[in-house]
Amino acid sequence: MERSLIERTAAEIARGVNRGEHSAAEAVDAALARVGEVEERVGAFLTVLSDDARNRACAIDERVRAGERLPLAGVPLAVKDNMCVTGTRTTCGSRILERWTAPYTATAVRRLEDAGAIVIGKTNLDEFAMGSSCENSALGVTRNPYDLSRVPGGSSGGSAAAVAGYEAAIGIGSDTGGSIREPGAFCNVIGFKPTYGRVSRYGLIAFASSLDQIGPLTRTVEDAALVYDAMAGYDPMDSTSIDRPVEPTAKGLLESLSGLKVGIVRQFDTRELGDDVDEVYDRAYHDLEALGAELHDVSLPTADYGLATYYLIAPAECSSNLARFDGVRYGSRVEAADVQAMYENTRAAGFGPEVKRRILIGTYALSSGYYDAYYVRAQKARTLIARDFEAAFAEVDLIACPAASSPAFTFNAKSDPYSMYMMDYYTIPMSLAGLPALSVPCGWVTPPGGALPLPMGLQFAAPLFSEKLLLGVAHAYESATKHALKHKPEVGARG
Amino acid sequence: MSSEKIDVRYVAKLARIALTDEEVERFGAQLGDLLEHVNALGALDTSAVPATAQVVESRNVERPDTVVPCLSRETVMAQAPQRQGAFFRVPRIIAEE
Amino acid sequence: MADVTLTRYQAVIGIECHVELKTLTKMFCGCPNEFGGEPNSKVCPVCLGMPGALPAANGEAIEHVVRAGLAFGAEIPAFSKFDRKNYFYPDMPKNYQISQYDMPLTLGGEVKFWREDGSMSACRLVRIHLEEDTGKSTHAGSGDGRIAGSAYSLVDFNRAGVPLMECVSEPEIHSAEDAVAYLESLRRTLLALGVSDVKMEEGSLRCDANVSIRPAGSTELGTKTEIKNMNSFRSVHRAIENEIARQIEVLESGGRIVQETRGWDEVNGVTHSMRSKELAHDYRYFPDPDLVPVEFSRETLESIRGSLPELPWRRFERLTGQYGVEPKQATQLVDNVALAEYFERVVAASRHPQQAKNLVLGDLSRLANETQIPVAESKVTPEALAELIALIEAKTINSKIAKDVLQRLWENGGSPKSIVENEGLAQTSDPAAVEKFVDDVLAANEKVVADYRAGKTNVAGFLVGQIMKTSRGKADPALVNELLRKKLG
Repeated sequence: MERSLIERTAAEIARGVNRGEHSAAEAVDAALARVGEVEERVGAFLTVLSDDARNRACAIDERVRAGERLPLAGVPLAVKDNMCVTGTRTTCGSRILERWTAPYTATAVRRLEDAGAIVIGKTNLDEFAMGSSCENSALGVTRNPYDLSRVPGGSSGGSAAAVAGYEAAIGIGSDTGGSIREPGAFCNVIGFKPTYGRVSRYGLIAFASSLDQIGPLTRTVEDAALVYDAMAGYDPMDSTSIDRPVEPTAKGLLESLSGLKVGIVRQFDTRELGDDVDEVYDRAYHDLEALGAELHDVSLPTADYGLATYYLIAPAECSSNLARFDGVRYGSRVEAADVQAMYENTRAAGFGPEVKRRILIGTYALSSGYYDAYYVRAQKARTLIARDFEAAFAEVDLIACPAASSPAFTFNAKSDPYSMYMMDYYTIPMSLAGLPALSVPCGWVTPPGGALPLPMGLQFAAPLFSEKLLLGVAHAYESATKHALKHKPEVGARG
Repeated sequence: MSSEKIDVRYVAKLARIALTDEEVERFGAQLGDLLEHVNALGALDTSAVPATAQVVESRNVERPDTVVPCLSRETVMAQAPQRQGAFFRVPRIIAEE
Repeated sequence: MADVTLTRYQAVIGIECHVELKTLTKMFCGCPNEFGGEPNSKVCPVCLGMPGALPAANGEAIEHVVRAGLAFGAEIPAFSKFDRKNYFYPDMPKNYQISQYDMPLTLGGEVKFWREDGSMSACRLVRIHLEEDTGKSTHAGSGDGRIAGSAYSLVDFNRAGVPLMECVSEPEIHSAEDAVAYLESLRRTLLALGVSDVKMEEGSLRCDANVSIRPAGSTELGTKTEIKNMNSFRSVHRAIENEIARQIEVLESGGRIVQETRGWDEVNGVTHSMRSKELAHDYRYFPDPDLVPVEFSRETLESIRGSLPELPWRRFERLTGQYGVEPKQATQLVDNVALAEYFERVVAASRHPQQAKNLVLGDLSRLANETQIPVAESKVTPEALAELIALIEAKTINSKIAKDVLQRLWENGGSPKSIVENEGLAQTSDPAAVEKFVDDVLAANEKVVADYRAGKTNVAGFLVGQIMKTSRGKADPALVNELLRKKLG
């Protein structure tokens, strides 16, 4: 298995460093060299941290030499630029934070660093995590490594692309309505969103507080499990993080699905998605059966209301969360004669159109006279959606469905906001219910008139706190089908 | 839930975002479009259901009353868009006359 | 004229107080909760509202509010939560304040208060809830530090995030005096509970008043105005009186009261309208998704209730009602718990509240002032004092000797009985002995006796003084007076 350093998985790199077969410095150098090679075409990073990463690598090497064994020793890590890392520019892909340096580090990132991972850069995202293609970034363009004329997905497009393009072994993103799973599907990588509350949000710049979760983007399920194991767990700095022991997931991942019942959702009829897409999912479901799973028809009657529910709750919370960006204490400012005008001008200049739209609709949904009709009603619909899943999980162990309605689309293909919102159709319901869910590569389609095959993702969702089951199932599927290995990215790979 | 026309200017004022006339119109149309879709929620019978307060219920998450080191003033003020000595400076707050 | 109109109207007043809680740290982060200090030196990502920061609730602050609620007899609902109050202002780090909207920590309750004349009254509470304080802004360029006419403002976030308790009263107060009495009782109670320093001059107690008037006898509420910027109890008194008078004048001259906020101008003794040209605030309250609800078990509440100290109003009521202490002195005792407890121990041991009052609040307090030693920390134990009182009541010693003994007790402690015995200070009540003293003095002062009989009756005092001197102060004064009267004729 003589693969180049950049093609190795996190598990392999850590093993190599811990055994002294190679150093963390070498792994980081290789990653940074790759960044230098492909970044101009991919544009995954907003900030590359060469010096910091090299310094960190030296420190890790010393610790390993001193006898420490770290689960992610020397593993190059790409961090979505909505997570604070001390001393690094942290922008959320927005002009309003274009020159802001974080004075502290997000708990999740700190834990990964403690486990030996090395942050090599901050990745591009849809501004403030609002979007499904990365096109809403005000600070950069990221292209899908598998077809540079297409989007990498969003909002964690940069992290997905960095991992897919071999610039980093692992990445972390944030998922509010699908922002890890969808770019994972678009970029041929695992995109995993844990149960709400499993990973601390402290240091994750908030979009929708009751939905946001940090999760890994990796090339293998085992790597996703390693990253999750290192990050998950109660954090007193985040009152919504759950105080429950974390069951380690990386060991004992499943190889077979026999005995498991998998639910196929009646409302998610893939025939609506076109023949070639339908074929991919059809085969995927059959593969599950071949692995021993029993497929059952389940119903999520309120799943169709997911979009409407989400596009009231998330904007409402974000309208409040983004009020702090006012030019007073940090961030960019546009001067004015009085402070209220200063707010208005600062925010007008600092926020892009999608962010403005969501703040406006959110403000409206919370405003006097509309609060009950919109916000409260949406929170009630959310309860119904969660109950639908509960009922389904009484019959099956987990659910399988598409991660996205199509493979990656071309730039500007979804200029109408609502058509973009539709990209979250399959991922939103799980977010609303707080369930752990992930996307795993499940096949390829070559669009008509296109030359390059595009990856697609199969989504699994499991009951609350069933990360071990979820990753186990994904691993079994991944091992048996190996879809991710079938094609190389357009930007190639060394080795 | 009616298909109200949103008073975009009023909402933008509440949200402290200055909008051009063009934006008022464009956002008005786009948000109206979104609201049309959102109004579908009206078909759901939510009468017997509580609003989700938390996805995973928990209670009484509190921290002890113990002092933790603060940020240094240099760190705090270093990125102040406008500072005057140890203070953050803002343009005049219009008095409520 | 003013009196006539005053009796034609009734003032209706509600008080809203913000109380900074005395915790070591802020409400949602571990920054120190201290008054003063260099600006922006007690801040962190959380209380500065930095991107990515999250609040974590201070359990001590929650407990303080519950204690206050229980002390005022409020209901503590089993379930309570935090909400976001959204509005933009430079001293708001997040441009929303974490507060409580529809499920506050306490509901109802009442503040009992007392007036200068000792009469008691009460005002019910609507609720007490918990929220975080804002930063502080100072305004420059207007010449007098006011917001109006200022060119720019400077903001200090040290205070941002300090836990704040908001107490809202029902509009059941009807005079400026009662408003101050209410505030005094509230302040004293919170001080006794140890939940706040409640110092208006430091900003740990702030209050606004809602004032309206209505025709006497009416039960409908008139239009109210909100009075702000009162920085002392004296300001509160003056401002409310001023506003009542202003409202009466408006109505008397045929005008209407406008519902508005008015700021008290201490210098000129008037209120100014602070009517805002802007839209009324739409706070868009919604439950804060970063925090989880608070739930109380009956055991927890019982345990807190059991740890409450005696409340000031109750002590005042007992002191004035049971022991007949004057209202002013009773108030002093309420403010000096150690002294009050000392006093009550003396009462209990001696069963003579009147004497206890005289000695504790009179002689001992005087000694305490002179020597700068608090009574409760002096060498005079309550039991010793009770003993002294017993000796006085039994007429074993007279009041002058008692004062001497007290002086000795103050300096050296010990037992009054022993002192009297050892030094033979017992009063001489034997009529024959006293008569001899009287006769001796009368014999030695024939001219004075003649003056007395000639009509200069005030010289009797001199004679009494001489008799006391001769008897080394031990003659029973009552007997002396009796005998002297008989002999002088």
